[in-house]
Amino acid sequence: MFHYDGSSCNGCDIEVLACLTPMYDIERFGVINTGNPKHSDILLITGFVNTQNAEVVKSLYRQMPDPKVVIAVGICAATGNFFRECYNALGGVNTVIPVDVYVPGCAARPEAIIDGVIRAAGMLEEKRNMLKDRK
Amino acid sequence: MNAVTRSIAYIVLAPILGGLLAGLDRIITARMQGRYGPPVLQPFYDVLKLFEKENLMVNRFHGYYLVCYLAFLIASGALFFFGEDLLMVIFVFILADIFLVVAAYSTNSPYSFIGATRELLQMLAAEPMLLISAVSLYMVTGSFEVAGIAGSGKILILYLPGVFLGLVYVLTIKLRKSPFDLSTSHHAHQELVKGLTTEFAGPSLALVEIAHWYETVLLLGIVYLFFSFNPAVGVAAALLTYFAEILIDNTNARFKWQLTLKSAWLATVALGGVNLIVMYFIFVR
Repeated sequence: MFHYDGSSCNGCDIEVLACLTPMYDIERFGVINTGNPKHSDILLITGFVNTQNAEVVKSLYRQMPDPKVVIAVGICAATGNFFRECYNALGGVNTVIPVDVYVPGCAARPEAIIDGVIRAAGMLEEKRNMLKDRK
Repeated sequence: MNAVTRSIAYIVLAPILGGLLAGLDRIITARMQGRYGPPVLQPFYDVLKLFEKENLMVNRFHGYYLVCYLAFLIASGALFFFGEDLLMVIFVFILADIFLVVAAYSTNSPYSFIGATRELLQMLAAEPMLLISAVSLYMVTGSFEVAGIAGSGKILILYLPGVFLGLVYVLTIKLRKSPFDLSTSHHAHQELVKGLTTEFAGPSLALVEIAHWYETVLLLGIVYLFFSFNPAVGVAAALLTYFAEILIDNTNARFKWQLTLKSAWLATVALGGVNLIVMYFIFVR
């Protein structure tokens, strides 16, 4: 899993970090938060996309090897929320890259984030099979 | 069990054993941090997943270098369990590591470049102690052959406590555990991202993981030699040493390379060197 903070208010980011703590411990599902897109299957994005970070988000997405899944955590990442009218905002993450799982909430609860990650892992399996079929 | 079956058993079983050790490592680490931790088989799931992923090749060569890395590691382990010359085992082991460094250099990424440089420094810090252990095992048993050392029947740890402690010190460097995870750490949250392995994705990364499992088993095999008078004690000692490594990993912050090099050489001279001199007076004079 790779976590990228878009233009988030940091609320969702703190909840993402809470998932790594002994209280929620996402590693019990084998998920590790890594800082390297080339080693990750899941791209987790918090916050809306703006004109400056759009290229960064695209680049991170391109650097990840297939099959890959994108999770938009929080309402800002899903739709842009009330920032969507801002002069610099493009909107949710799905304006630049395809999003597979949306985790709602402001801020999203750790339980919801973990649920989203597990669903993403399931989709990863589907995508892997689809890639095999295409070959 | 004869030498050939032992080497074949190593080639087949070492990744299974190494993977299980890696899984136990992750659980014990998690428990030490108050977490629950992943299933024991998680490292196997990870590697199988990596083989199904796209292989992002940075250039034409790095895949071949990594295959060489794995091949030479397997070769050095197979030589070890065949009962061959311990010096030869160590040299082939070093050669394998060089291939990993070359692979990291070839990717041209600044992160892996610095990671590779640090890996060279780590080798510089660790190799003298490995060679001193081989020489001191020779002093006591009169043989460089692994079979001869293991079959000597002597309680080697009583003759070589200093060498053993020095070896445990550099074992942390060779296993790339904290405080010596300079070149690549377990998690990619550091200034070098993942250092050495930053640019390896999918199957390439899986090769590095499998090679690490072989490496762990080979290094614990060298630890076993010190306790080879009794196989049960030997295996227990090797596992206990690995547990100690996990404990050190979880209780230490990373050293700078200067401190790594100085402390490793100090341990080499103070523990290995002094022990070797004492052995000289006992056995040669």
